[in-house]
Amino acid sequence: MKDKLEVIKHSAIASIETADSLAVLEELRVQYLGKKGELTAVLRNMKDLSSEERPVIGQLANEVRAEIEEKLVNKKTALESAEQNKKLQEEVLDVTMPGKKLHLGHMHPIQKTLEEVKDIFLGMGYEIVEGREVETAYYNFDALNLGEEHPARDEQDTFYFNPHLVLRTATSPVQVHTMENESLPIRMIAPGRVFRSDEVDATHSPVFNQIEGLVIDKNITFGDLKGVLAEFAKALFGDKVQVKFRPHYFPFTEPSAEVDVTCVYCGGKGCNVCKGEGWIEILGCGMVHPKVLEMAGIDPTVYQGFAFGVGLERIAMLKYDINDLRLFYENDVRFLSQF
Amino acid sequence: MNVPMSWLKQYVDIDVDTKTYVDKMTMSGSKVEAVEESGKEITNVVAGKIVNVEQHPDADRLRIMQVDIGAEENLQIVTAAANVQLGDTVPVALNGATLANDLKIKTGKLRGVESQGMFCSVEELGFAEEDIEDAPHDGVYIFLKDVPALGSDVKPYFGLGEEVVEYEITSNRADCFSILGIAREAAATLRKPFKFPEISVEEVAGNAEEMATVTIHNDELCPRYAARIIKNVKVGPSPKWLKERLTSAGLRPINNIVDITNYMLLEFGQPMHAFDYDKLAGHAINVRNANQGEKFVTLFGDEVELDESMLVIADSEKAVALAGVMGGDNSKVTEETTTILFECANFNGYNVRQTSKKLNLRSDSSTKYTKGLDPNNITLALERAAQLINMTGAGEVVAGKIDVYPRKREAITIPYDVEWINQFLGTAISEEDMIKIFESIEFVVNKEAKTVIIPTFRSDVTMMADLAEEVARLYGYDKIEPTLERAEPTRGEKTFEQKSCDIICEIMSMYGVYGAMTYSFESPKVFDKLCIKADSPLRNVMRITNPLGEDYSIMRTTTLNGLLTSLSTNYNRRNPEAALYEIGKIYIKPEVVGAPSENPKFFGENELPQEIKKITVGQYGPKADFFSMKGLIETLMEALHIEKYEFTRNSELEFMHPGRTANLIINGKDAGYFGEIHPQVAKNYDLGTRVYVAELDLATILNAINKNVSFKALPKYPATTRDIAMLVTRETLVGDLEKVIKQRGGKLLESVELFDVYEGAQVGEGMKSVAYKLTFRAEDRTLVDEDIQKIMKKVLNGLEMNCGAKLRD
Repeated sequence: MKDKLEVIKHSAIASIETADSLAVLEELRVQYLGKKGELTAVLRNMKDLSSEERPVIGQLANEVRAEIEEKLVNKKTALESAEQNKKLQEEVLDVTMPGKKLHLGHMHPIQKTLEEVKDIFLGMGYEIVEGREVETAYYNFDALNLGEEHPARDEQDTFYFNPHLVLRTATSPVQVHTMENESLPIRMIAPGRVFRSDEVDATHSPVFNQIEGLVIDKNITFGDLKGVLAEFAKALFGDKVQVKFRPHYFPFTEPSAEVDVTCVYCGGKGCNVCKGEGWIEILGCGMVHPKVLEMAGIDPTVYQGFAFGVGLERIAMLKYDINDLRLFYENDVRFLSQF
Repeated sequence: MNVPMSWLKQYVDIDVDTKTYVDKMTMSGSKVEAVEESGKEITNVVAGKIVNVEQHPDADRLRIMQVDIGAEENLQIVTAAANVQLGDTVPVALNGATLANDLKIKTGKLRGVESQGMFCSVEELGFAEEDIEDAPHDGVYIFLKDVPALGSDVKPYFGLGEEVVEYEITSNRADCFSILGIAREAAATLRKPFKFPEISVEEVAGNAEEMATVTIHNDELCPRYAARIIKNVKVGPSPKWLKERLTSAGLRPINNIVDITNYMLLEFGQPMHAFDYDKLAGHAINVRNANQGEKFVTLFGDEVELDESMLVIADSEKAVALAGVMGGDNSKVTEETTTILFECANFNGYNVRQTSKKLNLRSDSSTKYTKGLDPNNITLALERAAQLINMTGAGEVVAGKIDVYPRKREAITIPYDVEWINQFLGTAISEEDMIKIFESIEFVVNKEAKTVIIPTFRSDVTMMADLAEEVARLYGYDKIEPTLERAEPTRGEKTFEQKSCDIICEIMSMYGVYGAMTYSFESPKVFDKLCIKADSPLRNVMRITNPLGEDYSIMRTTTLNGLLTSLSTNYNRRNPEAALYEIGKIYIKPEVVGAPSENPKFFGENELPQEIKKITVGQYGPKADFFSMKGLIETLMEALHIEKYEFTRNSELEFMHPGRTANLIINGKDAGYFGEIHPQVAKNYDLGTRVYVAELDLATILNAINKNVSFKALPKYPATTRDIAMLVTRETLVGDLEKVIKQRGGKLLESVELFDVYEGAQVGEGMKSVAYKLTFRAEDRTLVDEDIQKIMKKVLNGLEMNCGAKLRD
C-alpha cells in the first residue's frame, strides 16, 4: 500500500511537472484525485487494511493527496501566468497609430476673447447685459452727451434707417438703459455688435464687436478706474504688462483717458506692431459725465462712476497675432480651427 | 496738427529734449502721433567756396575745381555744371553724403581725375525749382544772400532739418488746432511762461470803416465779422523767413497774400479770406443766407448750386464767397489786385460743416471752422494779419477796422471745490497746486469766492468735472494711485440665457461645428439667391439709408445667407468639409408703426425692429447628412434638458429640399427648421455639394428648458423587453409608429428603440419592415408576462388600426 502510494505520488508529481497546458493539468487532477482517480482508488481499499496499518496509511495517503494538490495549484498558477504572458505578447499594439479622436469644433476667436474678458469681469462682480442693435438716436447719441451738432452724428460714421433710428455705434446705449432701469449700484459689461460706416480693409469693418463697462456707486474715484482697468489689462495680457493712462476726450466721460499697454510683442522695446513706440492702445475710458448720469435719472452729486470700452477684434488680433480683420468674417475653417 | 519745433519755440522756452517734450505733451492731453524731421534723408552737405578752376584735360564739358570747405585741405571736385564760377559758394555733397531720391555720393574718378564730392542743385536737396526763389533754372544752387559759413551744414539755410511734431487733437479742443494753442499747452505742461507774439500795426491814412460796409443778416450763423483794408497791394513772393516758416510746417509758399492767410491759419487757427476790394459791388459785405437755387462759382471755377440753409458773403449784387468754406471766382485776388478787403470772421461750425458736406467742398478754412472757433480770437488775429502785411511789405494797412460783433461770447465763471475734486480723482492735491494748474492755462482764479473764470477759447470747460480733468491731466494721470473700489459689492453672474448659450456652444464644439461670425446687413439680392418667394414676409426689411453699398443695405431677416456664403467660401477654397454655427440676430420690421411720440427722447421707438436671436448651423462634407444634423439637434435638446419635442416634415420652405426638411416642434411650438438646402440654392451659392442647415429660434428653445431638474429614484425592479417587427407601407413615417407605441404603451413603457428598418425583396414591393425594442418597467413590482402581453396587445392593435402595420413572424 505504502509503496503504491509512493508510486502514485512520484508519477503524479512527475506528470504535473511536465504538464504543458491547463487542459492536461485538469486531466491529471482527474486521473489522480478525481472520484475514479488512482489515489481515490487506493483510499477506497483502506477498508482492507488492519486497524494498526489504517491510520498510518491514512495519514500517508492524506499527505500524498495534499502534496499532489499543492503541486497542481502551483503548476496551475504557473501555467496561467505563462498563458497570460503569451496572450499579452500577442496583443502588442502599435501605440503610434492614431487615436480615435473626436473632431472638435472651436469657438470663434472673437467669441473666445469675449469669454476671457467676461470671466475677468464676472470675477470682479460685474453683470453681463445685452441690448438691441438698432437704437433710437436718443439712446445712441443724446443720452451720451452727443448733441444734435456733434460730429460723431455725421452720416459718415453712423448707419441710419431714418433720422431717429440708427445701428448703434457703440454698446453704450445698453449702459444708458441699465442706468435708467436697474437699481444702484451698477457693475456691468455690455458686449455686442456695433456698426460704423467704415469700408472693409485689414483694420476696419463696418460690423465689429465691443465690450463696454460701467460702474456706478457712491465714492467711485478716478483712482478706482485706474485700478480696475490695470487689473483687467494684466488679467488679459499677463502680469508683466505695464499700463499707461493718457488724457483723451470722449463726450460721455470727464475726465477721459486712453489706456496703453506695453507692446505684447516686444515688451516695450519698440517693434513693427507698436510702430516703435513700445506701447499699444487697447481701450478708452473715463469718469461718467455728470450730464450723462443726470439724463439717466441718477443724481451726480451722490453717485459717480466710470465707463470703458474695448474693441474685441483689436484685442483678439493682439492676442493671436492676427494681421487682417477680414479673416474674422470669412469663417474659413482652416482659420477657425486654430483657436 | 503739425507744428515745427522752431516755430513753437518762439512762444515757449522748451529746455528739454524732443523725446521728453513729446512724452510730456502726450501725458498732458496733446497726444503726439509722430515726430518728423524735414530733409532727414539729406546728410553731409556743406557750404563750400570755389577757389580754383581748371579745365579737365580729357573732357571738354568737365572742369576741375578746388573747393574750400573751411577745412585744412581743399576738396577737389570735377563738375559738368556750367553755371558755377570761381568765387561762388555752393552746396557741396561730401564723400558719403546722401541726397534726395536715395542718391549717395562717393569719392571717385571722372575721366581719370579724382572727384571728392559733388555740387548740388535744389532738386538734389529735395526741392522743386519753384520752391526756392533764387534757384537757377538748370544747374547748381549758388548762395547769393546770407551765405552760410564754409563747411557748415546747408540744411538750416533751406529750412530743412526741422523737427515737426504731429499732435492728435481731440474734438473738444478747437483752440489747440493752432500753434499758439499748442504753445499754451506746452507752457502749461512744462510750467514755463507762454510768450504771446508782440503785435503792433503800422497804418496809413484812411478810414477802413468808411471804405466798406458790413451787415450781418444772420448773427446765429455769423456771430462776428471783422475786416481790414489793405491798399497798394503788391501780390508777389513772400520773403524768405515766411516761406521757411510755411515750408517747415509742410505748406508750399504761393504768394504773399495767400501765405499770410495760411500763416494765420497755422499760428492763430483763424481762417482769413482776401477779397479784391474793387470787385465788391457797392463795397458792401452782406452776410446772409443763400437763395434757394442760387448759383456760385468757386475760386477754382467750379459751379455749385446753393440752398437756403447755406451762408454766403455777398456784395450789393451777388454772392462773393461761401462763408467759411471757399471764396468766389468773381472776387478773388489776382496779380492785378491793388486793394483787398481782408476778412477775419467767425461762422457757426455746424453750419459750415453741413454746407461743406452738401456741396462736397472742403478747404483748410472749412476744416477749422467746423471745429467751432472762439469769436474773441478775432481781435488779435486781425491785428496779427495786418502786422504780417507790414512785415512782408505786401501792401499798406489802411487805418481803422471794421468789426461787427452782434453775439458776444462772454467768459463763464464756475466754482471749484478742492475737496470734491480730490474725492472725485482719488487724490490729495492742495488748493495751492490746483490754483497753479488753473493759472497755467489762463483760468482766472478768485480764491475768496472759490471760482475760476474760464477764457472763451476753452468752451469745453463748463463744470466742476471739467475742472477736475484739467487738474488731473496737468497734475499727471500717472501720479494718481490706482485703487480698487471698496464700495457695495455686487454679484457677477451670467444670465440664464448666457449660460444656456454656453451649453449650446459646447455641444457645437463637440459635434465639430465651428463658431462663425457674419454680417448683420446684406444685399437685397440674397432673397432671389435663396429662391425666396416674391411675396414672402422675409422680404419686408429694414433698409439703411446710407449703406456702404447695396450689398450692405438691408438688415437680414434670415441668417441663412451669411452662413451659406461662408460655407461657399470654404467650399471654393477646397476645404473638404466645413461645419459652422452662429448665434446671431435677425431684424423684423414692425408690422404696424404706432404714432410717433411727442417727446424727442422717444422719437423712433415705435419703429424699432424686433431683434430675434437665431442659432444657425450649416454643414457640408462627407460627415454631413440629414440625420447628423438631426442628431445634433437631439443632443442639444438633451443637453438643455428639453424633454417634449418632436419633428414634423416641412415641404413648404422654398429654399429647402422639399423631402428632406423638418421642423423642430417644442411643446407644440415651432422652434425652427433644419434639413438639406434646395439644390438650386446650393447652386446659387456655388456649392457643388449637398448642404445641411438648421435655423432655430433661441427664445423658443430657452423657454422650454426644464430649470428644475430633480432626482428620480433609481428603479428597484427589473425591466422587461420585447422586440417587435412589423410590415408597413414605405411611406409610413416611423415617427407616427412611435407616437402610437408610446401612446398605447402607457405608463409602464419605459423606452422605445428603433433597431431595424428593412426594405427589399423579402418584404415585398412598396413595403418596409420596421423593428423596435420596447422596454417595460413598473416602479412598484416586477412585471409579469400577463402585464406585458396586455400592453403589447394594445400596442399592436393600435399600430394595425392607425398605421396598417402587420406584425412580422
